[in-house]
Amino acid sequence: MEKVININLKIWRQKGPKAKGNFETYKLNGISGDTSFLEMLDILNEKLINEGQEPIVFDHDCREGICGMCSLYINGHPHGPDEDITTCQLHMRKFKDGETITIEPWRSAGFPVIRDLMVDRQAFDKIIQAGGYVSVNTGGVPDANAIPIPKAKADEAMDAASCIGCGACVAACKNGSAMLFVSAKVSQLALLPQGRIEAARRAKAMVAKMDELGFGNCTNTMACEQECPKNISISNIARMNREFISAKMND
Amino acid sequence: MCWLFNSSIGKKVIMSVSGIVLVLFLLFHVSMNVTAVFSEDAYNAICALLGANWYAVVATIGLGAIIAVHFIYASMLTLQNRKARGNDRYAVSSRPKHVTWASQNMFVLGILVIGFLLLHFAQFWYKMMFSEIIGHHEVQLGGSMVSPQAGAEFIKYYFSQTWIVIAYLIWYVALWFHLSHGFWSAFQTIGWNNTIWFNRWKAVGQIMATAICLGFAFVTIYFYVKSFCNGSCCGI
Repeated sequence: MEKVININLKIWRQKGPKAKGNFETYKLNGISGDTSFLEMLDILNEKLINEGQEPIVFDHDCREGICGMCSLYINGHPHGPDEDITTCQLHMRKFKDGETITIEPWRSAGFPVIRDLMVDRQAFDKIIQAGGYVSVNTGGVPDANAIPIPKAKADEAMDAASCIGCGACVAACKNGSAMLFVSAKVSQLALLPQGRIEAARRAKAMVAKMDELGFGNCTNTMACEQECPKNISISNIARMNREFISAKMND
Repeated sequence: MCWLFNSSIGKKVIMSVSGIVLVLFLLFHVSMNVTAVFSEDAYNAICALLGANWYAVVATIGLGAIIAVHFIYASMLTLQNRKARGNDRYAVSSRPKHVTWASQNMFVLGILVIGFLLLHFAQFWYKMMFSEIIGHHEVQLGGSMVSPQAGAEFIKYYFSQTWIVIAYLIWYVALWFHLSHGFWSAFQTIGWNNTIWFNRWKAVGQIMATAICLGFAFVTIYFYVKSFCNGSCCGI
């Protein structure tokens, strides 16, 4: 039988980056368990617009868990209480009838609130711009199999590359540290021969940018790994530390 | 070398390396203490060997400096981390499973450890090494005068008092929590870690933290129990 629930929502409202925010409570009745979390917010916004109120601002795009745009800190967890999924993949069947659901934006100095639940995550783009790429010269496309890569390395690089850059790691970290994100982006390239060429410069530039943007220092609590929707391992952080330290030693 | 002081990873390397050195010192200290259980004379011999000899004084200054560095960098990093977290705190927060309580409270645990360290210095170091440095060959301990090298007398005197024993046991517990996270975390920060070594470092860290703290607790409790018997009962 289809589950239908009535819920109370406690949602962070904030007019702008400088404005003081506060929680507002809303009631929603007759929400189907098959509704996705973001669809539930769409229903709420529809209701608010019909009542002449300002809709709640939140980030979303692909709604299939691959773009990294959706965020939301739901009941004390980035991307909600379910494991290894993004907010857009969360469904209302995970909540109980009559439950109060608290929705907050990512809270970190590196991610200032733009409005309501939407935060500015451009800091991640700046870190990528600092070195999260391989320089490719123009010319003919080389054969994909010309460079042999061990399967284990390729798999590890692929696991690191599954990071969608949503920022849940920063949101989960008590230190507001971006180490899991940066280390995944350093690792996905450092593990492959094409990325090795610029590995030292990349590790130094990305860590320097991360520090400059005011992200915190990693204390290895592992909250990031636990809350990551893509299960990125903190072994990437160890790899980045290794890359960074040896790059600096060789200077 | 300025990367050590400028970058986030560099500062944490300072924390890691100083922490590992302090762990090595703790291993030495606990081995020394356990000796007292088997032979008070042997323990006194170690105390005399260290005493106020130049190498012991140099090592003590070195250790003091390392503790200071560990504490100063911990304070700096913690302040930075609080700033990075932002002014608005979460209304609802939860500790995900596999995230240990110790890992989120390392600074508080460190302050506890250093706080009790001051007590420990006042009771032992000040009356032992420090007295000898300033040239005293006898110090007041309770009602009697003893040589600052008579380490076993100090142990027996302090660990016969209930409040001191309780304070020291609390200290060991705080130290255990601190080490249980600190040890593997140090290797993670240096970069000597991966999915296989993760569990190994964690296991080594737990065993070592438990061995150190049980060792200290054993000596403390042994002399506390012994103080009731005055050496006449239970063959001890």
